[in-house]
Amino acid sequence: MSSYKIIDHEYDVVVLGAGGSGLRAAVGLSEAGLKTACVSKVFPTRSHTSAAQGGISAALGNMGEDDWRWHMYDTVKGADWLGDQDSIEYLCKEAPAAVLELEKYGVPFSRTEDGKIYQRPFGGMTKNYGNETVQRTCAAADRTGHAILHTLYGQALKHNTEFFIEYFALDLIMKDGACKGLIAWNLNDGTIHRFRSHITIIATGGYGKVYYSATSAHTCTGDGNAMVLRAGLPLQDMEFVQFHPTGIYGHGTLISEGVRGEGGYLVNSKGERFMERYAPKAKDLASRDVVSRSIAVEINEGRGIGKEQDHVHLHIDHLDPKVIEERLPGISEASKLFANVDVTKEPIPVVPTVHYNMGGIPTNYKAEVLTVNGSEKTVPGLMAIGEAACVSVHGANRLGSNSLIDLVVFGRAAAKRAAELVKPGMKHDEIDKSETDRCLDRFDKLRNSQGSNPTSELRLSMQKTMQSKCAVFRSEKTLKEGVDEIRKPFEGMESLSVKDKSLIFNTDLVETLEFDNLIRQAITTMDSAYHRKESRGAHAREDFPKRDDENYMQHTLSWCNGAKTKINYRPVHRSTLTNDVQYFPPQERVY
Amino acid sequence: MVQFNLPSNSKIKKGQYYKDKTGSKNIRKVNVYRWDPSKNENPRIDTYEVDMDNCSSKVLDILNKIKNEIDPSIAYRRSCAHGVCGSCAMNMNGKNGLACTKSHSELDGDIDIYPLPHLKVLKDLIGDLSILYKQYESVEPWLKTTKINDKENIQTKEDRAKLDGLYECIMCACCSTSCPSYWWNGEKYLGPAVLLQAYRWIIDSRDEDRKERLKKVADELKLYRCHTILNCTNACPKGLNPAKAIAEIKKMLATA
Repeated sequence: MSSYKIIDHEYDVVVLGAGGSGLRAAVGLSEAGLKTACVSKVFPTRSHTSAAQGGISAALGNMGEDDWRWHMYDTVKGADWLGDQDSIEYLCKEAPAAVLELEKYGVPFSRTEDGKIYQRPFGGMTKNYGNETVQRTCAAADRTGHAILHTLYGQALKHNTEFFIEYFALDLIMKDGACKGLIAWNLNDGTIHRFRSHITIIATGGYGKVYYSATSAHTCTGDGNAMVLRAGLPLQDMEFVQFHPTGIYGHGTLISEGVRGEGGYLVNSKGERFMERYAPKAKDLASRDVVSRSIAVEINEGRGIGKEQDHVHLHIDHLDPKVIEERLPGISEASKLFANVDVTKEPIPVVPTVHYNMGGIPTNYKAEVLTVNGSEKTVPGLMAIGEAACVSVHGANRLGSNSLIDLVVFGRAAAKRAAELVKPGMKHDEIDKSETDRCLDRFDKLRNSQGSNPTSELRLSMQKTMQSKCAVFRSEKTLKEGVDEIRKPFEGMESLSVKDKSLIFNTDLVETLEFDNLIRQAITTMDSAYHRKESRGAHAREDFPKRDDENYMQHTLSWCNGAKTKINYRPVHRSTLTNDVQYFPPQERVY
Repeated sequence: MVQFNLPSNSKIKKGQYYKDKTGSKNIRKVNVYRWDPSKNENPRIDTYEVDMDNCSSKVLDILNKIKNEIDPSIAYRRSCAHGVCGSCAMNMNGKNGLACTKSHSELDGDIDIYPLPHLKVLKDLIGDLSILYKQYESVEPWLKTTKINDKENIQTKEDRAKLDGLYECIMCACCSTSCPSYWWNGEKYLGPAVLLQAYRWIIDSRDEDRKERLKKVADELKLYRCHTILNCTNACPKGLNPAKAIAEIKKMLATA
């Protein structure tokens, strides 16, 4: 193996990732006086939080009566009862304070006539336990994620957080089942950095790039998830992949649900507002899995639009152009750029597009990572937050605008918990050299690959398999084929080709490491989906069209070693955190 | 001695020529700036023949196609692919922009792709933005308020509207790296991107530090190196107007 220059660091806490959740955690940790490093493969404001458009949910009640319990009910129902209700209670109860905190940080929220934070309607968000639509989603026009991300980066600067920017994380350092830090590669100068820390917080986001068409950024490769798998720990509920109903046809760019919140609606080739048939009450504002499935059915039954009849139309041309200009300027720009559509005059061609991973690293509501060994146990020294985590508040399907609130509520919770567990300046454990060797072996092997399969080809094959075998609708047949097919690109890594051997900004190697991360998550996703023989939330099985609460009120756990997976389950938490609210027992889910 | 020509190790050489292998009838030549810090070689221009019949509409699609199908060693930053993260800022046919929003059909002839001008190049199309980021930090981009109650600040719609055209900045650096003043005095002049950000906090009705903020930028070099050349406004891929923001700061200082 080549020799690598290793630089050692010691921190109380290391945060991996600098999107919304990572930055919020870093701010809290710095406030608590903990020596904190924030490691990211991109400059913080390049993180994918910047792409969130519509808003952040919280029962502020600025636009009429609201209650966090109603928000909780909506989230439980949206999750198709797969969410842990103790965590959901925590999320919804803490949400209003978290949004007010963001406002105090300087987020430029849109305003109401009396100068309060503007809130818009969003899918699945209702009044009085499912009755009528409520305006709960706080918005900064349709650039809410961008506004929050930039503001949080400013706060991190204010608190002198130490950043390690354009460092690509390779692996966790584990010892006797506990996490002791991580190893990263500095792209700027090619050195290897070993961070020792009492707590490592993974905030690396989702892994949308396992699919061919996704609203996700190139960088959404779930690096932290894969590090957890390589550390011998499980990922949870990976089969639950959210298809956003409205990605721009042919390009995948996100068109916010806020568009429908502001009065936009979908039509098929017959000009019908078809959502009225699938969700008589909520119509176009039903939850995302429901709308995406409805579009898929319309297309499958021949009522799609276009030469190939493979998409539908989203109309906002009936809205006052002034409203569009004030509240939806970003999607007007995106529609012009990527669909060549003037939204004030023409409909936007849209199609369900992979958007969000409900699954990820299992945690409790304090952001501590869980595993199952006989019973549920926390993994000392390891936390996860944001899209990388599966708390699980989103269960089988996330409601729009619940992701941004997830980032800040659990980013803050992680910092709070870390401050309870770690005292500034605590002594670090010795770590085994074997951990570093194992990590650098893999790195060196990939870097020196001399085979014949370019990373881009293997990645494409993985993406096409996921797209065709693990889509909106799934069946025993497609999933069985998928389980076999998804292993081919993994096997292809035995003869991998990496052309660039350098160490400074070697993006050939970065993409290869990202692919190595993606393929493990693709395998766990496909296998988890194959084993769940029911339909729930985003996981729709044509051969098992009903939800099966008797057998599947359980989180899937999947371990992955090479191409081998092990599937196990842990029961959904069936109680709330406090007596402020009662447990919502499973009901039939209609919108 | 003042040196007027480029140092010899910066002179750009002719690089490799990658001929089309697809047999396409619709070929475009794409010239890309290449430099590898780990090799002791001059920068070079590599030329790729790209099959445009199987390429989506943006310049980033061309680069991705080259990286995926022709030459995986080519290095550039990229992330969101729809103009919100600011990663893929570069110079295309002489103009700064985001590769992910720039349509190649708007570019005439062969396509020339360079890193953003006047940055230290780290590799190929990747420029060093660390000075700009430091300058951003120096304007203290966070809300300064003494109100600590647990209610939100009230801000009228009119006051909030003053932030439009400012808060949307994605810090891609297209503006600053198109500004001749910033080229010559980049370490002292804050440049349009950072001044626009400074103004975003100066004009926020919730901020209580306006006077101090103005005082801090009122400097011969930090602010007044702006000579209203307006390249910044011309370059901004988000349609913002940094020149106007700078003019507003100057006006506030003049009338204070």
